[in-house]
Amino acid sequence: MNYYRHITVMKFAIAIKFAFALMPLHAQPTADQILERVDRNLSSDNRVFESTMTIHGARSSRTLTSRTYAVGEKRSFTEYLSPPREEGTKMLKLEEQLWIYSPSTDRTIQISGHMLRQSVMGSDLSYEDMMDDRKLTETYDATVIGSEVLDERKTWVLELTAKVDNLAYESLKIWVDTERYIPLKEEFYAKSGKLLKRAVLSDVVQIDGRWFPKTILYKDMLKQGGDGTEFKITNIRFNENIPDYIFSKAALKQ
Amino acid sequence: MIRFLIKGLYYDKSRSRLPIIVVAIGVMLAVFLNAYITGFMGETVELNARFANGHVKVMTKAYAENEGQLPNDLALTEVTALKNELSERFPELDWAARIQFGGLVDVPDENGETLSQGPATGMGIDLLSSESKEIERLNIKESIVRGRMVQQPGEALLAEEFSRKLGVNPGDEITLISTTMHGSMSMYNFKLAGTLSFGNEAMDRGSIIVDIEDARTALDMYDAAGILLGIFDNGFYDNERALEIADTFNAGMDDEDEYAPVIKSLTQQSGMGQLVEVTEKWSVYIISIFIVAMALVLWNAGLLGGLRRYGEFGVRLAMGEEKDHLYRTLIYESVFIGLTGSIIGTALGLFAASLLQRDGIDITGMMEGSAMLYPSAIRTRITPTDYYIGFIPGLLSTIVGTMLAGLGIYKRKTSQLFKELEA
Repeated sequence: MNYYRHITVMKFAIAIKFAFALMPLHAQPTADQILERVDRNLSSDNRVFESTMTIHGARSSRTLTSRTYAVGEKRSFTEYLSPPREEGTKMLKLEEQLWIYSPSTDRTIQISGHMLRQSVMGSDLSYEDMMDDRKLTETYDATVIGSEVLDERKTWVLELTAKVDNLAYESLKIWVDTERYIPLKEEFYAKSGKLLKRAVLSDVVQIDGRWFPKTILYKDMLKQGGDGTEFKITNIRFNENIPDYIFSKAALKQ
Repeated sequence: MIRFLIKGLYYDKSRSRLPIIVVAIGVMLAVFLNAYITGFMGETVELNARFANGHVKVMTKAYAENEGQLPNDLALTEVTALKNELSERFPELDWAARIQFGGLVDVPDENGETLSQGPATGMGIDLLSSESKEIERLNIKESIVRGRMVQQPGEALLAEEFSRKLGVNPGDEITLISTTMHGSMSMYNFKLAGTLSFGNEAMDRGSIIVDIEDARTALDMYDAAGILLGIFDNGFYDNERALEIADTFNAGMDDEDEYAPVIKSLTQQSGMGQLVEVTEKWSVYIISIFIVAMALVLWNAGLLGGLRRYGEFGVRLAMGEEKDHLYRTLIYESVFIGLTGSIIGTALGLFAASLLQRDGIDITGMMEGSAMLYPSAIRTRITPTDYYIGFIPGLLSTIVGTMLAGLGIYKRKTSQLFKELEA
C-alpha cells in the first residue's frame, strides 16, 4: 500500500512539475510574437472607414469628418466631409507620394520634403505620420521591458527600435493589452531620446475577428498649449471591394 | 553797467563784429546739422516704423514672445473693436492692422499642377479701403516695377526678383500655400497684379503682398491680425509719448492672459532702442564738437581783442578798477556777444533747415528707381531742441574763449602800467 501511494505521489509531483514547466510558454509570448499579433489586428488588406477628428487647440476646438479608403499600406484616399471650409479637400497617398487637392483653388499639390512634417489640418498628426502605415514587425525590433496595468487592463510594455531607415520615429514604447493584443498607449521618440508624440488608444471593439481601437488621442509633445487631437472611427468595414480608379490623381478632382 | 557794456559793444564794432560773426556761423551750422541728423537718422527710424515696428505695436503677449516665427495662431482677435478702442483712447495715432505670414508661392501649369514653387514671406495690409494710408506709408505705388497696384480682392504683388525666378508675370495666376490660424494647410489663388522692388535683398528674393481681407480669408483669420501698428499722425516718432501710451494701455491688461493685447513702443522693440538712443546722442556729439571748435576760434579772437585793447585795460587798471571786475566785464561782454551771435545763428540755421525739411533733396536719381525701403528724399527735421541747442555752443564757446583770453589781465603789473601809458 505504501509503495503504491508513493508511486501515485511521485506521478502527481512529476505531472505538477511538467505543468509548471509548460506554463511560461503560454503566459509570455516573445516580443516579436506580440508585435505580430498587434499587426494582425491593426493591419488589413483593405478598409473603408468614416472618422471624426477633434482638434483641441490652445484657443478653441474644431471637428473635421472624413471618409478614407485604404488598400494595404501603400494606397489610401481620404476625403474631408466637414466643416464647410474643409469640405471637398482630398488627400491621395500612392507608395511614397502624397497629394492634396483643394476645391477652393482647384489645385493639386504634392506634399514632399519638409512639408511632410507639417500638421494635418492643424492636428497633432503630421503628414509624415499619415504616410507611414507599414507593419511594426517590418520596421522595428522589439523587446519586452516590463508589464503594467493601464485602465484596469494588463499590458506588456515593449520597447521598439527602428530597424530600417527613413522612419519618422527612431524608437517607440508601446503598452500592449495582454488579452486583446492591442496597444493601449504609444510613445514616439526621436533619435535623441526626446518624446515627440503620445497616443492613447481606447474604445477597443471586435470587428470581423480582430480587435480594433475606435478612439485614439494623439498629443504632439512639442506643441505648446492644446489638449491633443481625438481621432474617432465612427464606421469601419474591412475587405471591401474598393475600385482602383479611386487611387488616382484624376479621382481627386471628381 | 549792462547798458554801458552794450553801448560799448554797439559803438565799437571792432570789438564785437568778428566774434558775433564767428558765433553766428558756428551756431547756424550746429542747428542745421542737428536738424539734418535728426531728419536723416530719424528717416531710418521712420522707415522701420512704417515697415515693421510702428511707432507703437500691438500684439498678444504670446505673439510678442515668439514674434520671429510669425505665429498667427497667437494673433489678435476682435481686431475691429480693439482698433476702435485704441482710436478713441489715443486719437493722435493712426492704427493699421497687418498680417505677416510665411508659405510657398506655387505657379500652376496648364493642368493645374506645379510648374514652379518658391518659399515666400508675406504681408497682408489694407490696400483697398479708401481711408487706408498704408500704400503711401510703404511707398508701394512708387516701388512698382511691372504691372500695377492691387485694385480688387484676389490680387497680389510679388517681389520683382521673386517673380522672375518663378517665371510669372503680371496677369498670371499663383497659389499661396500657407498655414491657417488653426494650423491647417491653406491654399488660396491670386492673380498677380504687379511686381515690386523692396530694396532689401532678403525681401526681394521672396516676398508677397496681398490685401488684408484676402489674407484673412486665406488664413482663416476672421477679424484677426498678427499686429496692429500705431503711427503718429504727424509722421514723427515721439518716444516719450509712445512710452506713455504703452504704459497706460498695458497697465489695464490682464498679466495672466497670454492672448491679451500688449503695446510696445518703437524703442521697446529689439534693436530700435539703440538706434533711437544713438540718434539722440548724435546731437550731444555735434554740440560738443562745436563748443570745442568755436571756443578755440574765439579764444584766438579774444587774444587778438586783448592785444588791441591792451591800452584800454591798462588805463582802467591804472584808474583803480580791480582785475576781477575787469575780467568780469569781459565775460559779461562775451555773454552779450554770445547771445547776439546765437540768436542770429539760430535764425539762419532754422531757416536753412526749414527749406530742406519742406522740399528735401530728391535722391531717387542716385539709386536705381524707388524702392519700398529706400527714402526718396533727404530731409531735415526741426524739433523744439533746435530752437535752443545753438545757444549752448554759442554762449559756452564765447565765455570759455574770453575766460582763456582774459587771463592775461592777471599778468598785468600795476607798477608797469604808468610806464606803458607813457609809452
